[in-house]
Amino acid sequence: MSTTLLIVQILNGLQLGVLLFLIAAGLTLVFGVMDFINLAHGVQYMLGAYFAVMFYGVTGNFFAALVLALGAALAFGLALEFVVFRHLYDRNHLDQVIATFGVILFLNEGVKVVWGASPLSLPIPEPLAGSVALMPGLSYPVWRLVIIGSGLATAVLLYGLIRFTRAGMLVRAGATDAAMVSALGVDIRRLFMIVFGFGTMLAGFAGVMIAPILSVEPGMGDTVLIVAFVVIVIGGIGSIRGAFLAAMLVGLVDTLGRSFAVDILRLFMAPSPARTVGPAIASMLIYLLMAVVLYIRPAGLFPARGR
Amino acid sequence: MAALDNAETVPRLGASSDTILPVLLFTGLALLPAAIGGETYLIDRFMRIMVFAIAAVGLDLIVGYGALISFGHAAFIGIGAYAAGILAAHGINEAVIALPVALAASTLFALLTGIVSLRTKGVYFIMITLAFGQMAFFTASSLAPYGGDDGLTIHMRDTVFGYPVLENARAFYYVALGCLLASYLLCRTLVASRFGRVFRGARENPARMASIGFDPYRFQLVAYMVSGALGGLAGFLLANATDFVSPAYMSWQRSGDLLIMVIFGGMGRLYGAIIGALVYLVAEDMLAQYTEHWRMLFGPLLVAVAVFAPGGLIGVAERLARSRRRD
Repeated sequence: MSTTLLIVQILNGLQLGVLLFLIAAGLTLVFGVMDFINLAHGVQYMLGAYFAVMFYGVTGNFFAALVLALGAALAFGLALEFVVFRHLYDRNHLDQVIATFGVILFLNEGVKVVWGASPLSLPIPEPLAGSVALMPGLSYPVWRLVIIGSGLATAVLLYGLIRFTRAGMLVRAGATDAAMVSALGVDIRRLFMIVFGFGTMLAGFAGVMIAPILSVEPGMGDTVLIVAFVVIVIGGIGSIRGAFLAAMLVGLVDTLGRSFAVDILRLFMAPSPARTVGPAIASMLIYLLMAVVLYIRPAGLFPARGR
Repeated sequence: MAALDNAETVPRLGASSDTILPVLLFTGLALLPAAIGGETYLIDRFMRIMVFAIAAVGLDLIVGYGALISFGHAAFIGIGAYAAGILAAHGINEAVIALPVALAASTLFALLTGIVSLRTKGVYFIMITLAFGQMAFFTASSLAPYGGDDGLTIHMRDTVFGYPVLENARAFYYVALGCLLASYLLCRTLVASRFGRVFRGARENPARMASIGFDPYRFQLVAYMVSGALGGLAGFLLANATDFVSPAYMSWQRSGDLLIMVIFGGMGRLYGAIIGALVYLVAEDMLAQYTEHWRMLFGPLLVAVAVFAPGGLIGVAERLARSRRRD
């Protein structure tokens, strides 16, 4: 286990962390403010990636594709909100689960019909392709650094928006007690729509940014969705700060676990069982982490609601 | 969980539709093989649907009556299936041994995970059961001696006291039906008993239950274990039906499927879960025959049920009946 490898894996962990944060931020706000379980949040991420591939095909320019894809993701999210989700806000969680699960089925199959079942890819924009030497003997892909940078920038921006703007204040108030905010004369439906649209766009943004290093395929949002739920539950539902810290924690634990579990187990196990048990334990780590956190703090690390 | 208060889950045992519907349902299922005739494929198909219905009934016991929404219920099916598969791999093909082991293993898993999970409430309970389900999933994929990710083929179905009962499709069908009926009656009796009244009371108002001297936690734990054991029973039957066990039985999508069966039929009624499993799986089959992209039809169907038919199919039927009576 060399230092270089450790640094590379920490960077990979941070990259996964910011990606998870971009997805979890919208999820935790929608959940925290509207008390709405949106399983379809993962397909928004998938759609972001598909839109980017499509617009790249049309324009041939990554950045134009990025902007167009964000717009499309926003428009699509708002359309979904208008057609389906709006009718489910005051329903119980199970109705929301079944409806958004239906949306997942529809859209996963829909992208197969529109773009085909085989994985698509998006090239890394030219000036940002290749690697950069961070230290002697340690080079790292530029694009991954870009993902980390843009994710952190988004986090700062989001923090500013929520901390210092009027809309942000309403969002925070909504996460604490939505009924009271509504009673004070705020148009809660409009606030919901803004939060929802914004969250959708963030998930779409995550999809666009990851598309150059992952294959774009139907169902790519499903696994991410579950991990994003783990993140928001560890962080405490409705809390952006919690989502950020938990995303970093989960990203690092997952990445480092996957790369070093076998080596660590070999310290006190025979190599052959270590090789079979290691990957399983590594995949389990984040769920173990969540179970432990919930056991100690049943409402997550930074619960937004005072209940 | 406040969000569940508006759901129509109050059991009305003794009300006429709650007696007639289950009787019709089980009579229909009992006569089905005669109606189907020689089509073993269809008999096999319906047998598997009933196997999932067993797990769905068990899930409805805790979801519908206790508001304990378990999103990791497929783990119990997987554990029951692996118990049968692993015993078979060691040459033990006797249901009289394998079934109790499957039930004990899934009950034990329910006890251990329940102790931790039941400390949390609402959405956090959903997520922590998901976490345990995922842990079971990854444990199964690491079982290298028993196939790991690829799963484990069972070469011989379990015998019952040495008789190869499960090799015959019709006999297996009636075994599954018997198990389903027994599970249904068990849950129905539980819900109506003193135990069930405390359990339901714990959903409505845990503080009040505690203040009149009941510890809701213990009742919830027992219900969770019964529910897990029924999952194990379904898993045992499923392993024998497919002659195969794999980690995919425990994936979170499977847990989601089970929840949807319960909601689809109408939760808090037990036979609703059976109807839900039937309609869900038959609709899936029929749409799949109609088009390769059946999910594009099935998805909007689920959305429509959630938006227009809260309370599931039985809820709709009841509202229709009520409005007709008024006319």
